[in-house]
Amino acid sequence: MKIHFVRKDSSVNPLLPDDPKLASGKIAVFQYSTIAVFLFLITGFWDLQIRNPEVYQERALENSVKSIPVLAPRGKILDRDGRVIVDNHSSFSLYLSRENLKMEHLRPIAEGLNLDYDSLVSRVRQFQSRGAPQYQPIPIKEELTPAELAFVDSHKDANTFPELEVVRVQHRLYPRDGLAAHVIGYVGEISESELDSPEFARFHQGDIIGKDGIEREYNDQLMGVDGEKRVEVDSFGNERQVLADKEAIPGKDLQLTIDLDLQAVAELTMENRRGAVVALDPRTGEVLAMVSRPAFDPNLFAGRIRSKDWKVLLDNPDHPLLNRAIQAQQAPGSTFKPIMALAGLETGVIDDNFRVNCPGGATFYGRFFKCWGKHGTVDLHEGLVHSCDTFFYTVGNKLGIDRIAQYAEMVGYGRKTGIDLPHEAEGLVPSSRWKIRNFRERWYPSETISVAIGQGATTVTPLQMAAAIGGMAVGGMWFQPHLVKDAVHLMPARRANVNLENIQKVVDGMYGVVNEPGGTGVRARLPGLEVCGKTGTAQLASNSLLKGTSYGETHKDNAWFVGFAPRENPEIVVAALFENGEHGQLAAPIVRDVIKAYFDKKARLAQPQPQIAHVPTGLLQPPPPVPATTALVNP
Amino acid sequence: MPAHRSLRDFDWLMLVLVTAICALGVLQIYSATRDTHFAEAWWKQAIWILAGFVALWVGTLIDYHTLLGQVGVFYTLSIATLIATFAIGMTAFGSRRWIGTASYHLQVSEFVKLVVVLLVARYLSELKGDQLELRDLLKLGGLVGLPMVLVMIQPDLGTALTFVPILAIGVFLAGFRLQYALALLAIISVAAPISYWLVLKDYQRQRVVSFLDPSQDPKGSGYQVIQSKIAVGAGALWGRGVTKGTQTQGRFLPVPQKDFIFSAFAEEHGFVGVVVALGLYFLLLMQIVQNAQTASDKAGMYLCMGVAALLLFHVLVNVGMVVGRMPVTGIPLPLMSSGGSNIVAMFLMLGLVNNVRLRRFVN
Repeated sequence: MKIHFVRKDSSVNPLLPDDPKLASGKIAVFQYSTIAVFLFLITGFWDLQIRNPEVYQERALENSVKSIPVLAPRGKILDRDGRVIVDNHSSFSLYLSRENLKMEHLRPIAEGLNLDYDSLVSRVRQFQSRGAPQYQPIPIKEELTPAELAFVDSHKDANTFPELEVVRVQHRLYPRDGLAAHVIGYVGEISESELDSPEFARFHQGDIIGKDGIEREYNDQLMGVDGEKRVEVDSFGNERQVLADKEAIPGKDLQLTIDLDLQAVAELTMENRRGAVVALDPRTGEVLAMVSRPAFDPNLFAGRIRSKDWKVLLDNPDHPLLNRAIQAQQAPGSTFKPIMALAGLETGVIDDNFRVNCPGGATFYGRFFKCWGKHGTVDLHEGLVHSCDTFFYTVGNKLGIDRIAQYAEMVGYGRKTGIDLPHEAEGLVPSSRWKIRNFRERWYPSETISVAIGQGATTVTPLQMAAAIGGMAVGGMWFQPHLVKDAVHLMPARRANVNLENIQKVVDGMYGVVNEPGGTGVRARLPGLEVCGKTGTAQLASNSLLKGTSYGETHKDNAWFVGFAPRENPEIVVAALFENGEHGQLAAPIVRDVIKAYFDKKARLAQPQPQIAHVPTGLLQPPPPVPATTALVNP
Repeated sequence: MPAHRSLRDFDWLMLVLVTAICALGVLQIYSATRDTHFAEAWWKQAIWILAGFVALWVGTLIDYHTLLGQVGVFYTLSIATLIATFAIGMTAFGSRRWIGTASYHLQVSEFVKLVVVLLVARYLSELKGDQLELRDLLKLGGLVGLPMVLVMIQPDLGTALTFVPILAIGVFLAGFRLQYALALLAIISVAAPISYWLVLKDYQRQRVVSFLDPSQDPKGSGYQVIQSKIAVGAGALWGRGVTKGTQTQGRFLPVPQKDFIFSAFAEEHGFVGVVVALGLYFLLLMQIVQNAQTASDKAGMYLCMGVAALLLFHVLVNVGMVVGRMPVTGIPLPLMSSGGSNIVAMFLMLGLVNNVRLRRFVN
């Protein structure tokens, strides 16, 4: 086989065995080059793996680890029967993860998601400058649409925008049409100024907190504790494994004293009106319904980034954001008269025999004060029933401003009721001391006259009025109005040392207002039910809060009605303010409807519930409607 | 049967080294792809390696002189196939390099390397004089240049460049005058900037730019280098463990089973693993060189040295890229990177080296 290896004819075949050793020097050069190449490569690894591996380990961590916020759902808000008023719904929010955030990505992200680039940048800077926890991601868009989700999904890989992070969140869902909007309030992202204030010191940038109403007042209870998940992701942004999982602690549910049935009726009565309705249980101070109109839809701006709707609401001359039930400070008008009557009786300036002749007004201190009618000779009862101004001018003149103030303050006017809502207004009870303090002037007795009929400087809120009349009606016990069922920090009820007979006389007068012929509040009458009440018509001169708004143009009087039922041991007291309603009589039906709704429901619940399981199908009939009043045999 | 063709003469050391390197490769391919839709890549690779051993055996059996005698045929076939690739080739990753169907395809240029090795060996061993004449150099350059250009316009610059070290080592060993060397250097220094603007495509220019400054283009080809360096650095001394490297497992490394397999390896096995793996490559190279030194004729030596130079170039460019010391060219790491054509072609070449070894004794 050697022939295979040795070419015999060397001149023809060039592939002669020759001496490869000739090249051995050059091969050695190649060997040294190989050593050089390997040293070159090894030093490369040495640089990266031995000299500063920490840098690269850190960067590998940044690459692969993401913090995903686990947002605690806020507690639900329930009505007194446990029905849900405020719920949460699941939605997707977009976060920018801070670990791998690149500022130059913001523009394409903003373009892809239809966000304003400048505000996005300023938002990111805000988070960075605040020194928020290093890993806290920045929420930039809520309620992602499927299209936006698709955009994020196709761009969140390591090569594009790895900072994009979609988080499932529980978004607040408020009742439609602004039902109980002012009571509930709304949530929003904590603002810069709030972060600076001590009240919110423990919150972080990006937190969703209660901004108003119950949401704000009970924020601590409703707001849970957010968790955090640290996950390892791949370069496509997909989760590979969970490194740390701090679970969120959901917020606690909150049960209100509000009765949704009553609330709904109260809302309906105020449809297309401006004003407020407050219904209380005078025996406990529980708020059964609280309406302020016009209302707003909290859903519109409960998110992080407020839409332009927010601006529209702020600019609305009717101030829909104002909770008139606790913030409208209006002259009480004639609804003040029961308090005047009680003050007169208690101080003894009037008694059962005290009568005043009303020829259509009277002159005090050289000035004629007009009555709204000609009532002839009236006693206390008639004075209340017909709302005779002359009678109460006289009582007021006898009492003097400071005794009037004393009794006004006794029923709770001039200071906050302490209801568990933010921004409650105090109202105003004028007195000689008040005059000197604020105007450096003594009180002129002539000024007392208009105060006596609830005009002048006196202002009250609808809530104060309901609380005041309700407390009087239960015999001089004023419970702190409150909205939460198991409220813990309630002030003890204030008990005033008043003669119950005197209260009885005032209550009888208020019964007459509704039930006697010629009474100003007959529109509040409910057959079979002893509704008591008082109308009020208040001029707007003292309305400082809302002056200069669209009101200024109309200047129509405000209509008040405050009523309770039944006459003895009242269970519900309702105050209604119908702004520009012109006459208190027009506010009476509002109160009537709410009171009726209350007793209708009570009657319905008193009926034995049909045992559906035992009724053959087909024979199933709704229970016969029962008149509301049948169940109310002197409760 | 002559003694030199006995099993004892077989290059067992080389076989052990190759098997060890391939095993590391399969392990790394498994680790890098186990959660992806390339999860079957590791056993495909194992099958290719088995096919490679067959190829090695085949490459050993046929006398390399016979093969050298047929270079003309191989060369013509190669050129024809390269041209055919344009006509019927598959397009993947933006270039036409493969022939076949999606499930079975061949990267022709890998086998052309082998032909170039044979071509250079044959051409240089036929030379009469002590030195390479300019005429010879140009002729040989032209012969190598033609397939090189064909590969380059696929476009596959990386593979085309691998022809250069084969030619270079041959010319270096054959010997040529200093002034030619200087002239060549001058031509290259003029041609390089021109070709940078005229020949290179945008993405290739981009690669050069990002090689010089990876942070300039962190999301483009610079991204690959940055991620590769992070992976390597994160591996530190002992590595993060098989299947534990986040850069590899999270697929921050681009194609960690192919071009960037060594950065995946470096992440999971650390500096110690790198030294071992590079050591294996180094020993393999030395073994090939040793076979070159003991070759019975010039042709055998050229053959072995061509293979050695090609392997060294691959290791330098690929591993250098992994640590950011070489631009991203997209050439695989022989024996480790997943890929059939590459493995089989490499084994064929190692078969040739063994072939030379078995025929080293001239009676």
